[in-house]
Amino acid sequence: MNESMYSWNNLIFGIYPYLCLTVFVIGSWIRFDREQYGWTSASSQLLSTAGLRLSSNLFHIGVIGIFFGHLVGLLAPYAIWDTIGLSSLGKQSIAMYGGGFLGILCLIGGAMLMWRRMTNPRVRATSRSSDIFILAWVLVTLLFGLATTFTTAHHAAQGSADTMMALAQWAKSIVLFSPQPELVANAEMVFRVHLFFGLSLFLLFPFTRLVHIWSFPIGYLTRSYQIVRTKRRIAQ
Amino acid sequence: MKVRAQFAFVFNLDKCIGCHTCSVTCKNTWTNRKGVEYVWFNNVESKPGIGYPKQWENQEKWKGGWMLNSGKLELKSGGRMSKLLNIFANPDLPQIDDYYEPFTYNYARLQNAPLSEAAPTARPLSMITGDPIEKITWGPNWEDDLAGEFSKRSIDKNLDNIQKDMLGQFENTFNLYLPRICNHCLNPACVAACPSGSLYKREEDGIVLVDQDKCRGWRFCMSACPYKKVYYNWESGKAEKCIACYPRVESGMPTICSESCVGRIRYNGIMLYDADRIEAMASTQNEQDLYEAQCSIFLDPNDPAVIAAARAEGINEDWIIAAQKSPIYKMAIDWKIAFPLHPEFRTLPMVWYVPPLSPVQSQIDQGNLPVGPDGAIPLASAMRTPTKYLANLFTAGKEEPIRSSLNRLIAMRSYQRSVHVEGVADTRALEAAGITEDQAKEMYRYLAIANYEDRYVIPTGHEEERMEDAYGFQGQNGFTFGNNSSAGISKVTLFPRRRKETLEPAELAPSADKS
Repeated sequence: MNESMYSWNNLIFGIYPYLCLTVFVIGSWIRFDREQYGWTSASSQLLSTAGLRLSSNLFHIGVIGIFFGHLVGLLAPYAIWDTIGLSSLGKQSIAMYGGGFLGILCLIGGAMLMWRRMTNPRVRATSRSSDIFILAWVLVTLLFGLATTFTTAHHAAQGSADTMMALAQWAKSIVLFSPQPELVANAEMVFRVHLFFGLSLFLLFPFTRLVHIWSFPIGYLTRSYQIVRTKRRIAQ
Repeated sequence: MKVRAQFAFVFNLDKCIGCHTCSVTCKNTWTNRKGVEYVWFNNVESKPGIGYPKQWENQEKWKGGWMLNSGKLELKSGGRMSKLLNIFANPDLPQIDDYYEPFTYNYARLQNAPLSEAAPTARPLSMITGDPIEKITWGPNWEDDLAGEFSKRSIDKNLDNIQKDMLGQFENTFNLYLPRICNHCLNPACVAACPSGSLYKREEDGIVLVDQDKCRGWRFCMSACPYKKVYYNWESGKAEKCIACYPRVESGMPTICSESCVGRIRYNGIMLYDADRIEAMASTQNEQDLYEAQCSIFLDPNDPAVIAAARAEGINEDWIIAAQKSPIYKMAIDWKIAFPLHPEFRTLPMVWYVPPLSPVQSQIDQGNLPVGPDGAIPLASAMRTPTKYLANLFTAGKEEPIRSSLNRLIAMRSYQRSVHVEGVADTRALEAAGITEDQAKEMYRYLAIANYEDRYVIPTGHEEERMEDAYGFQGQNGFTFGNNSSAGISKVTLFPRRRKETLEPAELAPSADKS
């Protein structure tokens, strides 16, 4: 690897992650503070509900599963796996089959959603370009992610989990603020492209409808049904 | 007892002529915007009919409102967990075609068409896609004046338990208008179903609103409202609903639909009620008892104990006086001639209706109808609209209160007829209907004359008392120094806040009337 490639590798896997995460956090905060009126799931179910029960659920369940899979797989301390006696090869096959399964659910749902968005005249007409763009970006990220499972399967066949371990080590290095971009420098291209697309999702997040993820209304479970707002000053 | 005030309505269906002026003034004021072209906060339906959106009253289909689950009140569409599990695709959401595809016409074509033998036509265009619509097949008032075949209209839920085959025949047909707005319920299902907590009821006047900043477009309010009076703005991705014209009401003006009603059928006023009893009353076992249960939740504004409790809750004196003069209280409680729409939905709605009389003039003229002791005005049982139908609308099928109401309306007419035609006050019909001569005179004043000041008894809001810092507010109202739609809402903001508050102590002087 020549010097310029090292520079690129450092930029994308050493510096770019921090740019993405900073924009993700600060951008979400600014938008939440200043632009609440635009903060919505931007549902188009009113305009076309046909097939949505299948496609939207597949897509969302897949995407949520994949997100938490990545979170745990990449960032959980090694000690946990040692404690439960899971070898790195075992972990790799869980990532492969579990991730592959969820990825296929997500891909089916996402492709159906994309088809609907592009071909349903009402949904198409009322879509913002950012709606189409972000769905396409998620799907491309997903496709590269699915493509990595084949590469991983090849590694597994050779009895090696080194690449996967290196990727997890790289992710940990990022969140622990001691970036080691060289860890991914030798991973196959498909991994690096997937990483780039995935990281970019954090960058794009505050500027798209993805912000609705922050608002998953978990508090509803414990809330009283009725809400009354008073303008009275409550007596001290 | 927790006294709360509620801004409430009565619509006198006996005088509604179905002119849609209410709908049009409301539309022009509130929903003439992108994303809500299909939305009518106020609409007028011809009944019998399936309405707007289609079959909104059929809760087996839409799962709106509340139900009793082994004695306990639960949303018919399912509880909190089921909401979160269905959040990616609401199984009970109406489609735009259940309302209608909003359309305009290509008017420009009328001006720019080349010279031709035939007059140019303006084709309809969808206001969602902009594409031409080949044929408009549904609208917000498609069944106006019983348009269309009876077979389609007859799936109207209110025709359940009625021998409806007969009603399809011309000589048995009947028609009434049902103007509908948000009911600003005491036990709103939309508020309960909102996962974000963006819908809320205002404590001071009970108006139910959507916090536009807090709404995330989860859409459960739309399906939970059994009246289908919460709508989705597809442009903003937020729910919108009738706001009871609160900017007008706070200034003491009636809502625009009420103000513009040419038939003077709408009444706006204050009702005091006991907020502690909402859940118990909405959980009444037998749905036919829900109308009486809701009547019992209202408090007598002339009862000294109620007045004291209202004052203790911080309800202003002018609001108590307004409640005492409330036209709603007179019609709903004193005279028992007004009813809530579909009390069986268990939301305790606060738009009440005086049922319509429906005699056929030619039948009266020919003496074909049984008449009361005055020999002129037909009996309630001889009305064209089956009382069972009205009961299905207003009392969950219990006919007795409807009949009593119709009898009172007839008795009032009979009495007035005797005074003005015979020249003697004949009170026999009044006695039979259980109302006094004074009540009949007052009913005549409110229902027939319907003076502006009798129809609208609206106390102004008391923003001044709620203001933390009146001096700091002075000279600031309306001035936002830019960025007015997004001045920041979070407690901790990234940007410098513009500080308005004055340093002058804001301690209020004690009221002079309290020692």
